[in-house]
Parts: sequence; C-alpha cells; structure tokens
Amino acid sequence: METLTRSELLFDVDSIREEFPILKRMVKGKPLVYLDNAATTQKPLAVIDGLTRYYSEYNANIHRGIHSLAEEATAAFEASRDAVKEFIGAAHREEIIFTRGATEAINLVAYTWARKFVGAGDEILVSGMEHHSNIVPWQIIAEEKGAKVIPIPVLEDGTLDMEAFQRLLTEKTKLVAIVHASNSLGTINPVKYIVEQAHVIGAKVLVDGSQSAVHLPIDVQDIDCDFFVFSGHKVYGPTGSGALYGKKALLEAMPVFHGGGEMIKEVSFDRTTYNELPYKYEAGTPNIADTVALKFALDFVNGIGKEKIHQYEQGLLAYATDALEQIKGLRIIGKAPEKTSVISFVVEGVHPQDLGILLDNKGIAVRTGHHCTQPLMDRFGIPGTTRASFALYTTYAEIDALVAGLERSIKTLL
Amino acid sequence: MTARPSIEELEEEIVENFSLFDSWDEKYEYIIDLGKKLPALEDEHKKDDNKVRGCQSTVWLVAAYKDGLVEFKADSDAVIVKGLISMLIQVLSGHTPDEIIQAKLGFIDRIGMTTHLAQTRSNGLAAMVKQMKNFALAFKLQNESAKH
Repeated sequence: METLTRSELLFDVDSIREEFPILKRMVKGKPLVYLDNAATTQKPLAVIDGLTRYYSEYNANIHRGIHSLAEEATAAFEASRDAVKEFIGAAHREEIIFTRGATEAINLVAYTWARKFVGAGDEILVSGMEHHSNIVPWQIIAEEKGAKVIPIPVLEDGTLDMEAFQRLLTEKTKLVAIVHASNSLGTINPVKYIVEQAHVIGAKVLVDGSQSAVHLPIDVQDIDCDFFVFSGHKVYGPTGSGALYGKKALLEAMPVFHGGGEMIKEVSFDRTTYNELPYKYEAGTPNIADTVALKFALDFVNGIGKEKIHQYEQGLLAYATDALEQIKGLRIIGKAPEKTSVISFVVEGVHPQDLGILLDNKGIAVRTGHHCTQPLMDRFGIPGTTRASFALYTTYAEIDALVAGLERSIKTLL
Repeated sequence: MTARPSIEELEEEIVENFSLFDSWDEKYEYIIDLGKKLPALEDEHKKDDNKVRGCQSTVWLVAAYKDGLVEFKADSDAVIVKGLISMLIQVLSGHTPDEIIQAKLGFIDRIGMTTHLAQTRSNGLAAMVKQMKNFALAFKLQNESAKH
C-alpha cells in the first residue's frame, strides 16, 4: 500500500529512508552517512521483516516435503525465482540458478562450462577493470587447461579500450567475462556490443552484473549474454543470496557442479542421473530464507521503479562529481561518460586510509583501498582510492556532509 | 649509565597525554602530528624486504642492535599509521631484546586504539608489534649464538 503512495510521488527520498532502520543510527556520535553501497546496500523493512516472517511462520525444507509448511516455503522460494527472472528479463524460470552470490555464480560457470569447453591454447578475455572474483576463477581453470586469461586494457578515462578488444577477440577466444559496471570506477561497459562481437566469432559472454543490477534496468535477452550473475546483498537483499542466469541450452549442456541432494533424479551405485534445470545446479539445502527475502528486495526496487531510481542516482552522481572536483588536489579516477553512482578519487599527498579513518570519525562510511581490483589500481599507478557510492536512499545533504568532511580531513592531514 | 625509563613508564606517559583529549578529533590530530614529526626513512630502507604485511597502507620497519639495545626506525605512506608506529617506537626503541619481547603494550588498549580502529586496521597495528618483537627475538638469538 505504501508502495502505491510512493510511486505517485516524484522521488520521496525521506519516506524511502523511513524503510531503512539502519539509516537512523549514530556512528561515533554523529548521524550515519552511509556511502559504501557498492560494497553492500542496507536492507529495507520489507526484507528484514520478511526474513523474520519466514522463520516465524513458514520455515521448512523445500521441494521434498508434502506438509503445509514445506509447500509454503517451496512456493516462496520458487516465487523468488520468478522475481529474479522478471528482474533481469530472462526468458525461462529454469534459467535462474540460485547461488550465494555473484562470486559463487562465476565459479559455477568456471568449474562446469569452462572446464568442459575451454581447452589448451584457448583464451578467456576479461577486462582490466574486473573484480578479482571475475579474474581468479578463470585463472584457476586456465592453469588447469593450459588456456590463457587476457585482459582488455582500460583507457585513462576509465572506459574500455574497444579497439584493443576487437584486436584481442580472435578465434582462440572461448569466453569474454566482463563486468557490466565497474565497482571501482562506476564505468558502464557496452555489454550488448561486446556480446554481439563475441558471438560473431562464436565466443560466449558472461556479464558480471554485481554493480549494475541495483542501478540499471537489466534485460538479459536484449543484451543477449550467455551468462549473467549478481549478488542479492548489493540489491537491498540479504547476504548469501544471488543468482546465475544462463541460457537454457548452455545450462543443459554443462556438466554438473556440486553433487548432493536436490540435484539428482535417481541415485544408485551403478548409475546416478541428474535432475532437470534449475535443480541440477542447486545441490543440498539452499539458503532458503535469504533467497525468499531476495524477492522482497526486488519487489521493493520495482515498487519504486528502476528508471526513477536511475534518474535520481544520476542526479546525485552529477552533483557529487561537481562538488568533489572543487576540492583542491582531488582527482576523480574514472570519468567515463556512462557511470553508475560510484565515485573513486585520490587526493594529492593524502593516503586513502587516513581519509577513511577521519571520515569514519565523522560518521561517514566510505571505502578505501584497491576494492578487489588490484590490476586496475596498477593501471592507474595508485595503491588505492577513496570510493563513495550512492544508493536510492542517499541524500544531497549527505553528499554535502561528505564534501565538508573531506575538506576538514584533508586540512588536518596536510 | 643513566637510568632508562622502562617500557611501562613510557606507556604511562602516552596514556597520560591521551587523557588530556576530550574528543576523538583531538586524539587523531595528536596522532597525525606524531606521524608528521617522525623522521622519514631513508629511501634505501624503503624496500619490499622491510615491509610489514597486514596493513592497508605500506609500512616499512627497520631495526638496529647496538650496545645491547634495539633501535627501531619506520615509515609509512599513511600518516595516521605513521603516528601509531611513532608511539610504538617511542615505547619500544632503546630497550633490550628481552624487554621488548616481554612488553605487554597495554597502552594500545588504554588509549582506545583497539576498539576505535576497525578490525582490519587493528590487525595492521598487531602486525607492526609482531614484527618489532620478531626483530628483538632475532637479535636475542644472534646474541646468544655469539656467546657460545
């Protein structure tokens, strides 16, 4: 009901903030200014209460039970699958595999698809702005198979070197594993174009949507990617929830991953047969509660509307970019024309860690360091950045607080 | 030989200094000031071998052994960390290996550094202390083998 009222308003950030109890807390005696949303987002009441309701009212193991609770829990779990399917625009519900998050989803593809379809001399293209989670699994498989992981270089403005991409894309390329939006820079990559080009030479494409699912409308059929992964906790959902999308034919052709309950059809010591999609990849009792509550997070986002959120966050990004650029000695790393609401920066003569500590002392939460993208930091010749990342509940006043906090901190440090 | 203040006495001095501050802002300003005042380490010492692992920032630590006492020198690219090291040096430098090995360093907790600094950063502090004690232990063993 509240959702209806909210959607009628243009963008009522105050009433949105009411849905996030944590935003009321104090840190170091000051009101919390939470600007570490690219690491994880806070959770709305719909998710927090939804988790409590699950455990209070219908907790049961799913799929096998015939009692009422099991039926209710199964229905809620499968409703979440439908919600994810809709959220990313997949064609079929069985193309959605629940995982602990994006990292597990990428590893699933690495250990099943890549293990079967990548061989000696083959190449996996990644980009120079990948999170370690979209580098290391491929390195592990590449080492095992005698394949190579090759990075697409990043240009000075934080965009991909698309000429290099065209050059690196050859008949040896079996997979392009590419981040949709960079967690360190905010750069939105032209994934649809990358998929188009990769498909011309027959390579598959995995899109890491960890940072895009929360900010951008996602349509995996339009992107035409072969795999798409995202984490629930970065979309206002619980930690330990997430999904892998894969095209049905691919998921069917892939070997199984974890063996155990749920993923089997019949087990005997002579021969074990495996379950159909999506259960084939969901061995063991899954993270039922968090997956159920993931739907409540997606419903919450849909209730406000992705387009409207995107518009609001882009406003925040432009405002913050302008304000931060006024600070003497501050340099924004990553100035791509298309960005999510993430700003990474360095300040001359100031270590990010010092800034992070002093900002925290003012109740302002930012992230400092390499953001799990060491190759990218090396590319820019910096040990790390300070990163402020905004969400739908971020206010313009909070950006003002960040700017004031930075100015004071820099003065103290220099 | 003039009486050397003990590690405990030096710790007590720092605790007393911190008791003068009302706010964390003041405490940080003091630590930052210590960091700025700590002499920079010569470039020749700023090499990978002298890096202390476990910190978000880079910390270099070197130790010398003279007349039975250990002298520490250190540097960091982050000034708050440098201030923290400065305090560790203030407390531990100029003591015998045994004194350093046995130092409890309760002042870190008493000035609120273990609780106030996040886990990851505290670990950095812990890594520094460990490295300093390792140096002391190495000098002690060197000393003992020289005697035999």
